[in-house]
Amino acid sequence: MKITANLMHFQELNSQVRNAHDNVIIIDNCIGQRYIGSGLSGKKITINGTPGNALGAYLDGAGIEVFGNAQDATGDTMNEGEIIIHGSSGDATGYAMRGGKILVKGDAGYRAGIHMKAYEDKIPKLVIGGCAGSFLGEYQAGGVILVLGIGKDDETPIVGNFCGTGMHGGKIYLRTDKVPDRLPAQVAVSDPTDEDMEEIAALVEEYCGSFGGDSKKILKDKFLKLLPNTKNPYKRLYKNN
Amino acid sequence: MAINYDFPDYEIVRNPDKCVKCRVCERQCANEAHYYDEDLDMMMCDSTKCVTCHRCVSLCPTRAIKIVKTDHTFRENANWTSQAIKEIYRQAESGGVLLSSMGNPNPLPIYWDKILINASQVTNPPIDPLREPMETKVFLGAKPGRIERDENGEIKNNLSAQVKLEVPIMFSAMSFGSISKNAHESLARAATELGTLYNTGEGGLHKDFYQYGPNTIVQVASGRFGVHKDYLEAGAAIEIKMGQGAKPGIGGHLPGAKNVGDVSMTRMTPEGSDAISPAPHHDIYSIEDLRQLIYSLKEATNYKKPVIVKIAAVHNVAAIASGIARSGADIIAIDGFRGGTGAAPTRIRDNVGIPIELALAAVDQRLRDEGIRGNVSIVCGGSIRNAADVVKAIALGADAVYIASAAVIALGCHQCRSCHMAKCNWGIATQRPDLVKRLNPNVGYKRLVNLVNAWNHEIKEIMGGMGINSIESLKGNRLMLRGVGLTEKELEILGIKHAGE
Repeated sequence: MKITANLMHFQELNSQVRNAHDNVIIIDNCIGQRYIGSGLSGKKITINGTPGNALGAYLDGAGIEVFGNAQDATGDTMNEGEIIIHGSSGDATGYAMRGGKILVKGDAGYRAGIHMKAYEDKIPKLVIGGCAGSFLGEYQAGGVILVLGIGKDDETPIVGNFCGTGMHGGKIYLRTDKVPDRLPAQVAVSDPTDEDMEEIAALVEEYCGSFGGDSKKILKDKFLKLLPNTKNPYKRLYKNN
Repeated sequence: MAINYDFPDYEIVRNPDKCVKCRVCERQCANEAHYYDEDLDMMMCDSTKCVTCHRCVSLCPTRAIKIVKTDHTFRENANWTSQAIKEIYRQAESGGVLLSSMGNPNPLPIYWDKILINASQVTNPPIDPLREPMETKVFLGAKPGRIERDENGEIKNNLSAQVKLEVPIMFSAMSFGSISKNAHESLARAATELGTLYNTGEGGLHKDFYQYGPNTIVQVASGRFGVHKDYLEAGAAIEIKMGQGAKPGIGGHLPGAKNVGDVSMTRMTPEGSDAISPAPHHDIYSIEDLRQLIYSLKEATNYKKPVIVKIAAVHNVAAIASGIARSGADIIAIDGFRGGTGAAPTRIRDNVGIPIELALAAVDQRLRDEGIRGNVSIVCGGSIRNAADVVKAIALGADAVYIASAAVIALGCHQCRSCHMAKCNWGIATQRPDLVKRLNPNVGYKRLVNLVNAWNHEIKEIMGGMGINSIESLKGNRLMLRGVGLTEKELEILGIKHAGE
């Protein structure tokens, strides 16, 4: 099923998506309609243009592929499924996602992967091909974030300030040899182990599978791994009164 | 060894003539305040460990135990009270932020107690609720501003999603994690039997409780714990928690030690990890952003569930509520500064926020002045203690009230304010299996049903006395209220006259 969005109101567009009998939906000329694919399962949506905020919020197994940029809060609280963005994505990409996968070809805004979690066999994955803004992985409690910094010069840091503030679980991998500026005290930097490199390689393969590129070349470069040094950051903060 | 400066505020007193050394007190006390000395053949106690929960008092078969306020004292000082001195000792020793539970215990004004209710005399007859029908049913949700008709002249149903309550009282948010599974089951079953709603709090919905979905409010807060499609679909309404009366402006954390087993499963977070709800929602910096979260939830549930936005009563609550009423929210819940909590920094709990009575009156008035009162229903909470408080709240402008402290008291809570220690001897604010099983949900739910039914009958009697037979006619009916001992300013904010006027 093909929907030409143009100036259609988001409620109308989303209702058409929800009620479509087809499981394969193409949205053409999307101009900022919000909440596309909210809570959706079992469908595959292709979006040509620019979807609005909260794309794929609470996504529950559906697949979304965007040929264009995505805006803020993409994949907010998503549970399962896949969002592939052939462009860049805005702030709070993957906010509180607990499962599924988000692949961003270009950059992501501030607070990407904030409060990501993991749960039983669900391990969410967020791959950012370019750079990420400040507060990447803030409050991260689980899951994997990978930032590749593709196409960036050696001088520019690939993530902004305060990466991993409040992080208490999960992992962040960065394809760089430079430790990010202003890392909070509770984030520990190390070299990825062989097992980590396998995990990274699998994600890079998927990235290249979706967007092209030479995975071997990407994997040749130096990676860093960021881990929280405690999963109980508040343990010593309080005194019973 | 460092000197321990602390002395207990309350002492356990045992009457040796009555004590039969059955050791029930010892077995019942999770704080291990009681012990048996074999050499002396005597029950002994350590009052420093006592939290004043009265579990031993209630279970002692010979009534040999009482808890008394100590007469041991510092030199009396109205400024440097014993509490003030001891808190400094605790912080000097630990360097920690002081942590407390339940509502603000300080002697700040309780406006409910300075508001009196009207009754009919001579010129308009009172109504006897035992003989005449009285309506306490309420519908929460946005009410359309006008009647619309289709081309045939038939009335169009332009009503957005509503929830029906048989009584104007709901159980407010307490997460599974902060309270036990048996406490949740009691609330869920009571809400179902009463035709009202209970609230999951930000702890997710245990799989065993999906069956009570039609009587459940599912909460979405900054940590998004347990939030997924089925959860959103399960509830009768969705509540976005922006703030809580006991701790406005700060988030919450369930310590990793409590985030285990079913609790972590239900929150859908890694076991043993702190479950952190950040102070802000990181995607909400404005009313427009709030609108976005509201609509993402509505889209995810196909506009079938009303969305509640819960905020703490703070200084500019009326302006905030005005924004929320324009954001697409269906219901605003306002939580006053005496509201309870499973854990909050003492300083925040005792010093931040404003009384619910003033906040409620200010919000209702502001929304009326702006002509948007019908956009939303108002629910207020933060220490509603009895049916009279409910009546006063509704007359000040609430559609319904939230109760939680009263509900846990009905379940056996003795307000010892030690929830944060997670060793609740009454099986409410704990996850320890041996303690949880002390709260029997078959008994617990019935006690909640009794409480709310009793209040509902009292509400009807008070309304009947005023000659009002429907809760709708009481809503915002401030002429039914008079203040006593209040300043002009307080009366102005409450929008009520002084008694005698």
